[in-house]
Amino acid sequence: MKVLRNFLDKQKPHFEKGGKLEKLHAMFDSAETLFFVPDKVTSSGAHIRDAIDMKRTMITVFIALIPALLFGMWNIGYQHFLSHGESADFWTMFLYGFFKLLPIIIVTYGVGLGLEILFAQIRNHEVNEGFFVSGLLIPMIVPADIPLWQVAVAVAFAVVFGKEVFGGTGMNIVNPALVARAFLFFAYPSNISGDKVWISDKADAFSGATPLGDALVGNFDNFPSAYDMFMGFIPGSAGETSTLMILIGAVLLLVTGIANWRVMFTVFAGGYIMGLLFNLWGANEYMLLPAHYHLIMGGFAFGAVFMATDPVTASQTNKGMYYYGFLIGLMAVLIRVFNPAYPEGMMLAILLLNVFAPLIDHYVIESNIKKRLKRLKVVSN
Amino acid sequence: MSTDYIIKKGHDIKLIGEAEKTIVDLNAKRFALKPTDFIGCFPKMLVKEGDLVKAGTPLFYDKYRENIKFTSPVSGEVKSLVRGAKRKLLEVIIESDGKGESVDFGNTDIGKINKEEIIEKMLDSGIWPLIRQRPYSTIADPTVLPKAIFVSAFSTVPLAPDFDLIVHGQGEAFQAGLDVLSKLTSGKVHLNISAKNTVSKVFLNAKNVQINKFSGPHPAGNVSVHVNRVDPLNKGEVIWYAGPQEVISIGKFFLSGKIDSKRVFAFAGSEVNKPRYYKSYIGACITNMTSSNINGDNSRFISGNVLTGDINYKDGFMGYYHNMTTVIPEGNYHEFFGWILPGLNKFSVSGTFISKLFKNKKYKLDTNLHGGERAMVMTGKYEKVFPFDIYPMQLVKAIMVEDIDLMEQLGIYEIDEEDFALCEVIDTSKTELQKIVRQGLDLMRKEMS
Repeated sequence: MKVLRNFLDKQKPHFEKGGKLEKLHAMFDSAETLFFVPDKVTSSGAHIRDAIDMKRTMITVFIALIPALLFGMWNIGYQHFLSHGESADFWTMFLYGFFKLLPIIIVTYGVGLGLEILFAQIRNHEVNEGFFVSGLLIPMIVPADIPLWQVAVAVAFAVVFGKEVFGGTGMNIVNPALVARAFLFFAYPSNISGDKVWISDKADAFSGATPLGDALVGNFDNFPSAYDMFMGFIPGSAGETSTLMILIGAVLLLVTGIANWRVMFTVFAGGYIMGLLFNLWGANEYMLLPAHYHLIMGGFAFGAVFMATDPVTASQTNKGMYYYGFLIGLMAVLIRVFNPAYPEGMMLAILLLNVFAPLIDHYVIESNIKKRLKRLKVVSN
Repeated sequence: MSTDYIIKKGHDIKLIGEAEKTIVDLNAKRFALKPTDFIGCFPKMLVKEGDLVKAGTPLFYDKYRENIKFTSPVSGEVKSLVRGAKRKLLEVIIESDGKGESVDFGNTDIGKINKEEIIEKMLDSGIWPLIRQRPYSTIADPTVLPKAIFVSAFSTVPLAPDFDLIVHGQGEAFQAGLDVLSKLTSGKVHLNISAKNTVSKVFLNAKNVQINKFSGPHPAGNVSVHVNRVDPLNKGEVIWYAGPQEVISIGKFFLSGKIDSKRVFAFAGSEVNKPRYYKSYIGACITNMTSSNINGDNSRFISGNVLTGDINYKDGFMGYYHNMTTVIPEGNYHEFFGWILPGLNKFSVSGTFISKLFKNKKYKLDTNLHGGERAMVMTGKYEKVFPFDIYPMQLVKAIMVEDIDLMEQLGIYEIDEEDFALCEVIDTSKTELQKIVRQGLDLMRKEMS
């Protein structure tokens, strides 16, 4: 530890203004702060500060993702061997998925962080830790067999056009991880939709349809049980299948206060209520699906817990969050049942409400302003 | 007659080093007035180095409001004028001669004196700056009729001084001060006390005022919170406010005709050997508090509290409005993997550190920023410690882009930089919120004048 500190102190002058490696300042800085919390002290305002910083915030989300990630690795292997009718032990299945997912994670972080550091350098500010989480989210919402170059292109697109063109972290309109997924979805649909992609290296004869895919075409014969869907023994992207693991992450996010319960809760409420409404309507078999099935199949839970709650792209007023979350849940189920083109509605629902979140906030704030004006008028009368 | 107000949002930061309830004499030899304590004041000197002054002799006046004078708190000699960058006047240092001579401004009958006479006397004697106004927290504008006057008899800041102790035995002067203030407003004088902690008869038996009881975590003691709950400030309206010690000074002046700048200061913080109270006068040099009473040699001296105070020096001077000096360790060290450790001893309002499990733990906090400055990412956090019907982040962003209309619409008149202190403490992005809010208030003040 001391050796490392001394080493960093020795190298630091090279990266500061006038040093020969000045251009790599952002890179050095991100490496240094990875090991050490900076020695910077308060210079204005409050003299003491909360111990939380962006790194702590992001590592908390990262940890919250781990249960779903580990389960996803195992499930990739499980689904693969299941489709081939082979049996394998736990570690074989886990390692199969691990080595499927690892390259995607490496490519995502490599491309994403590289661009982040580049932009930080150009803009002359410190590297924001936002991509720390986005970089793990992206591998968890794509099929395990996705070509790596497509991942690289999608990540680059998401970082540049989803985030940096708006001014970087904190200024983006839509969730960068979802931008990456939407990019893949529309640019290379054959690799990210349909019933062939969700099981890694699937045996041809085996049906690889996800519950959502089955439901869309009205195939309810071999529909998985609620238990299987809740536990996650179904085909799908690595992160989304196990509602249980996602809920473990959700508990951590709520206990630490990192994610806002208002959003999380209302997304689930919105989805459930829309499901109930469809039950009442009951025009086809999909509408009659029990409402809670919507919450445990597909990416609903993952989106509600990890995507919709992104503080930058969500509604930023407490009141607005209720509308924002509720509408996401509602739209997601609506798209699922009505849209014949896409089996899953969560991604589009979140992206849509990301765009509308500032509008929701606008009306919430406008009502606050009106209240103040009203008070003024009462006084002056 | 009293009304109860309960503040729900906020947070009490519990620190080690609360002042013990004994008062000792500070025996300060030097005193200073710092023009920088008065927001928007541009000092024009009336004395030069070497001049002899009495308590009440004018030292300087404000170039923009020439009737506002600043007078010496003690008798003695003008020792030096300390200037900073661009010759900005920082301190006017008086060396006390210990004789305690004062200028006599004549006796008055508080019962009969009217508003104009009060204002004229206060301006003349230089005690007018004791009264400040909202919005902007500047010295009150004597030409304006405030809709109410607020006196806060308690404080909720970390290591807050105990005003019950400070005002002990000063009931007569305090009441006289309140009587004077009540003649200056068209509305009421509000005496705001803590529902739980205020027990002093000086406050509880005060007459000629409306007593309001407040309970809840910091910032329940802030003036803006009281105004917001009792009589919210609208555009174009003004309220005045003063602390208990200021009110006592005003009372004593009208009782005796001489200015009395006595003050009791709390001396607290984890680095203080014997935290306790000291009595002296406005602007006292703190060197007798700090010498051989500090643990460690890498400390931050703060005139005021840890949330809103000014950086001071070991032999610096008390700020004009400050009731305490706090000493905490500096935090200029690198912490290895600090952002990933469980954090048993870390203070955080968030739940990301294990220390959250221990609710009543008292902390020894240093000045480390605990992270680098980042973009504003987290939302909905400020609201938890901000007990106003105002959207704090939106207001801060409006200030950053200098959108005057929006600032006004979002309620900038109702708040002060100190109200954002807790937001600043808990902020993940380490943004300098108080500085930004002050800039916003300064901008509004210039635009509106």
